[in-house]
Amino acid sequence: MWIVRLFFILMVLFVYTGCDKLNSDPSEFAGSYDSSVWPATFGLGRVALAREIDSLNIDVRPDGEGLPEGSGTVLQGKHIYIAKCAICHGHTGTEGPYAKLVGAFYESDSIQRGEKTIGNYWPYASTLYDYINRAMPYNNPGTLTSEEVYSITAFLLYRNNIIDSTIVMDARTLPQVIMPAQKLFINDDRTGGSEIR
Amino acid sequence: MKPIEGYPGSKIKRRTLLGGAATAAVVLAQTAFGKVMQKAVTQAELIVDPTKKLGPPPGAIGTRSPFEKPFKLPSDTSSRTPLQDLFGTLTPSDLHYERHHGGVPLIDPDKYELLIHGMVKKPMIFTLRDLKKFPSVSRTMFLECSGNFRGSKETLSPQEICGLTSQSEWTGVMLSTLFREVGIDPRATWFLAEGSDAAVMTRSIPIDKGWQDTMVAYAQNGEAVRPEQGYPARLVLPGWEGNTCVKWVRRIEVSDKPFMTREETSKYTEPVTGGKIRQFSFVMDARSIITYPAYPAKVEKGWIEIRGIAWSGRGKVVKVEVSTNGGNTWNEALLQVPVLDKAHTGFRFLWRWNGETTEIMSRAMDETGYTQPFYKTLLEARGGTGGYHFNPVTKWIVQKNGEVYLHPEAKK
Repeated sequence: MWIVRLFFILMVLFVYTGCDKLNSDPSEFAGSYDSSVWPATFGLGRVALAREIDSLNIDVRPDGEGLPEGSGTVLQGKHIYIAKCAICHGHTGTEGPYAKLVGAFYESDSIQRGEKTIGNYWPYASTLYDYINRAMPYNNPGTLTSEEVYSITAFLLYRNNIIDSTIVMDARTLPQVIMPAQKLFINDDRTGGSEIR
Repeated sequence: MKPIEGYPGSKIKRRTLLGGAATAAVVLAQTAFGKVMQKAVTQAELIVDPTKKLGPPPGAIGTRSPFEKPFKLPSDTSSRTPLQDLFGTLTPSDLHYERHHGGVPLIDPDKYELLIHGMVKKPMIFTLRDLKKFPSVSRTMFLECSGNFRGSKETLSPQEICGLTSQSEWTGVMLSTLFREVGIDPRATWFLAEGSDAAVMTRSIPIDKGWQDTMVAYAQNGEAVRPEQGYPARLVLPGWEGNTCVKWVRRIEVSDKPFMTREETSKYTEPVTGGKIRQFSFVMDARSIITYPAYPAKVEKGWIEIRGIAWSGRGKVVKVEVSTNGGNTWNEALLQVPVLDKAHTGFRFLWRWNGETTEIMSRAMDETGYTQPFYKTLLEARGGTGGYHFNPVTKWIVQKNGEVYLHPEAKK
């Protein structure tokens, strides 16, 4: 009988120590949900397949990770822009009715900034590809091919005096583009406490 | 419920709806078969003694009194909570503010999936049913858009000044619970949250916040999250700017760097002193506003209970002070208990108004020692420009005739 009991105690010990309990949570609130012993896994959900991940994983990062194959030119971009973007952003990218896209960066911007544009405000060129690809055109989102997105990106960078009209945008060249406003960005500098910042 | 009548933006004109009858109100009435219908109430019906007329039987869904018409104030991009029409601190779900970037998507809950991948041991997909089976948590807290300030003219109501804040009881599974299931790489420092709206909106969030108190919420105020609020599941990050609380969340990608999405670079960043632009300013600083008396209310001489809400994304509100003489002296307001962490907190101060023109205002203090600043102080601290995370003291001018107006300090 004592062997059975010992076995039981060992099992309990095993379960307790084997349980990867959440212990890093500093908020008093969170303590209330994790008061009992949790299993290492609840066995819910399923493993995601590579193709399932690939079909959703569309983000593009500043280092170029996520950029697809293909390329686009300023000239192609101009035609696509006129056909698909100008209705909201204006033929020159400055007159709206929605978001002004074009406006070059001036050093004086760091003192008094006018309306935000890609040229005077956007810190990364990768964001252009990522955003146009996922959300534009506003009334017909997610319909552009990668060639079209590269081309519109090239056109808008050109219009904002950031690249030359002959530069082809692709997975290699886009991450090399340095946006003039990037140097103005700082991480949250509020440090808590009484300081007003 | 469909909008019924008499509010700005209503497409249904009273005349079309009721054929021009002398109607006093529109109510929902129940037919003998239990079907709920819109019914016009005439002036004659209204004056009938309610104790002499049998009312409708119990219904399948409750309705707001036809005499009460609180409405959100929609624009192209957002819709604001009518703070001046509310009592207490909970926002009715249909009056919760809205801000979305590609409209409200229609999502079939049976097809909903949340993918977590990237720097994880095991990339996984959870259905809505899975999420609901995990240990659950409920928490009452505010959500506020960080672009929640207007103050350029006298005729602005609390709704127009800062109606992009609302409070709900959110229920869901802690993200940390899901993190344990997928096994987060210890080198991970950020994660991307992505919605399944037409903007496929994304934000990068430090992984610590995910471990600490981020919730994947599927319920709001006791029922399923409303479509405008992220049905069937959204993130809720206590105390952090609303935009990080990604709605209709479909994907979380764990990473060791931020993704620099459009919303965290070209939007939701603010000019600060020295010509710099501040990014990843997540936490909402402490704020308060007097919601009564406030424009467009009109008051009379005598006893007035000044009421309002205070909140802080840094923790609990510990004190609210009210001035009734233009900021010369301050009085401690009564806080409604229980005071919750990172939640709207009700305050009130009993004031005997002598009928002379004066200015009333409130300022919140939180447990970190932060005091809500005046407009001028904040503007100076930011190097002279406004933008996101603008939380100044709101001043109300109470005129001799009892009319209340905002003291406008902002340029736009």
